[in-house]
Amino acid sequence: MNFETSSEQQQLADALRKVLANDYSFEKRKAIVQSASGFSETIWSTLAEMGLTAVAVPEADGGFGGGAVDLMAAMEACGEALLVEPLLDQIGLAGRLLTRAASAAQRDALLPGLIDGTVRYAVAYLEPGRRYELAPQTTVARPAGDGWVLDGSKSVVIGAPSAHRLIVSARTGEQGSSLFIVDAKAAGVSPSPCRTVDGQRAADLRFAGVRLGADALLGPNGGALALLDEAVDFATALLCADAIGAMQSANDATLEYTKTRKQFGVPIASFQVLQHRMVEMFIQLEQARSMAILAASTVDTATSADARRRAVSGAKVRIADAARHISQEAVQLHGGMGMTEELKISHTFRRLTMIAQRFGDADHHLERYAALG
Amino acid sequence: MDLSYSPEELAFRDEVRGWLAAQLPADIRDKVTGYRGLSKDDYMRWHKILAAKGWSVPHWPQEWGGTGWNITQRYIYDEEFGLAGAPMLPPFGPAMVASVLLRFGTETQKQRFLPRIREGEDFWVQGYSEPGAGSDLAALKTRAERRGDHYLVNGQKIWTTLGHYGDWIFCLVRTDPSAEKRQEGISFLLMDMKSPGITVRPLILMDGGHEVNEVFFDDVKVPVENLVHEENKGWTVAKYLLGHERMGSGAVGSSKRELAALKALAARELKNGKPLLDDPRFRDRLSRTEIELDALELTSMRFLDRMRRTGQPPGADVSMLKIRGTEIQQSITELMMQAVGPLAQPFVAVDDGRVDALASRLAPRYFNYRKASIYAGSNEIQRNIIAKMTLGL
Repeated sequence: MNFETSSEQQQLADALRKVLANDYSFEKRKAIVQSASGFSETIWSTLAEMGLTAVAVPEADGGFGGGAVDLMAAMEACGEALLVEPLLDQIGLAGRLLTRAASAAQRDALLPGLIDGTVRYAVAYLEPGRRYELAPQTTVARPAGDGWVLDGSKSVVIGAPSAHRLIVSARTGEQGSSLFIVDAKAAGVSPSPCRTVDGQRAADLRFAGVRLGADALLGPNGGALALLDEAVDFATALLCADAIGAMQSANDATLEYTKTRKQFGVPIASFQVLQHRMVEMFIQLEQARSMAILAASTVDTATSADARRRAVSGAKVRIADAARHISQEAVQLHGGMGMTEELKISHTFRRLTMIAQRFGDADHHLERYAALG
Repeated sequence: MDLSYSPEELAFRDEVRGWLAAQLPADIRDKVTGYRGLSKDDYMRWHKILAAKGWSVPHWPQEWGGTGWNITQRYIYDEEFGLAGAPMLPPFGPAMVASVLLRFGTETQKQRFLPRIREGEDFWVQGYSEPGAGSDLAALKTRAERRGDHYLVNGQKIWTTLGHYGDWIFCLVRTDPSAEKRQEGISFLLMDMKSPGITVRPLILMDGGHEVNEVFFDDVKVPVENLVHEENKGWTVAKYLLGHERMGSGAVGSSKRELAALKALAARELKNGKPLLDDPRFRDRLSRTEIELDALELTSMRFLDRMRRTGQPPGADVSMLKIRGTEIQQSITELMMQAVGPLAQPFVAVDDGRVDALASRLAPRYFNYRKASIYAGSNEIQRNIIAKMTLGL
């Protein structure tokens, strides 16, 4: 039993915190969010140079051979800073799918760009009106000559506007579905970009007669569901760590605010009714942190899919509940100021609200957890 | 990062588990898992079995009979008791008064009391709370006046858990009513409960059970040698004891056993012809409790890991284990009662009636566990502690 962050993990997180403190202040982040691309190439290159995009890639492929546990402390730092660049999508979803499923030729061709950050990926797997369903319904890939023709549409693909390549799930038969690597600029791909409520960039994507080569298929024909199930769990574990950082930041800000804000001649933190609520926020965070640790550790070491699902879904329920509780209480305790764009807490609120829903909300994961007995 | 126990720790767990499976008397285990109270004889019998194994006072210094286990082993030991349905020995003797004697007692006091506590010869109880001194313990009024070689004690204690089993009681008493700060006039006194002038009166709780008592002191003579630490320094002793609480306060082991029992029960009870366990409304509440317990187990282990690495006692934030642990116990007892639906209503059979023994214990158990968020420092006091000591409020 050992819960200590290793020195490598801590060094990476400390270095990242230092960079974010300098280059990703609240004001600088705001400028990035409001820029045309909503994305900072500078920050992205820095994240890649620091090795964040390499940590979870196997050593044989040029990475560091780490896992979710090795990324946990760094993801917390990203959560504190409310990072809007789609690092989670690159390393959690796309990176996981590629390292798990890519053929030898694909690894040689694709992983170097993923590792050095010069090639960005977004994973398009959600469809309109189908909520968190992993199985594609309306997106279909039909065999054509050596390759495939892709038609259909995907919803809120986080990171799509800045992505060079997409990983798209599509039906490839009566029952089965498969994953395809698609050039984001390929003929027939029409993005409809948007800004998300928490400042990220995403796009709805339409595919109309997109021609794909045989080498576009990622993993076995018919293998999309198992791959997505595992990769989304891995990404969820990273998202949980991100959430811990955001919640820690909300709790710190609330403590600081209530200790300085005076009403009736005293700091409002002197009121017991507020103290007990902040204690509850603290306990919620620590319980959530325990489950985030469990999720990260389990996706790295689980020997069965059910053990992995149980830990990740349990964690996501706890994190979603805590994110909702903490974000709502933080705004309430900040009073009117908590409602404004001017304070970071309202941005943290929006981020935590979306984290609670991403990859399945509490109800979704409660059902999945309960189904495991 | 490694969340599993080491091979040595697993071997230790298996040793404790195996020993409990072989040595825990079935009738005592059945009382625990069937939610029936233990008699004094049950406690003393179990204590002597543990003492014979050398396991009655694991946390004591080895020279006095402790096992020399580390903090993780002690946690595992407590958790295995919970999982097995083995009663923990009441803390008042082995954990509380013994800790005080080991820290503040004279050599004579240690020699006189510690071996008997270790061997289960005396049943100790705690006299802290009074009708006017609950969370505000320093408001206590029970008076001890020095009269030569003895104190004369008058007053009343309340919520004395298992006071009706008590051979000895340790009390906080007021020895100097004129002290400027009320904390400065308090002393820590040991009393033989057979002393003339001590009366124990039961307080029956809403589950119908006799667990707590009022204890009255009417001109009770207590020899001066039964004073622990200096006169008027009792508050120092009380604070030491508060900071000396064990790491088992989350009751993770017993809650895991209870949760398994709840699942088994809900799998048998039918709703619309299907197991209640598969009813989404019931299951969501059960799963949230289960997840909270998963989290609490990890949180407990994080505390242990921190204590192991720093060599320091737990910080004030350990209070969260008591808060969440008791909330989980209360949630499980409530779900248990609800799982049997109308069968929770019969309490005791009358006129040769019959009642399902287990189902009839579930509502009283739910009633009884409302105590958990009140005793041992109410959950509000625990929140005050975290607010002040951890959050700096």
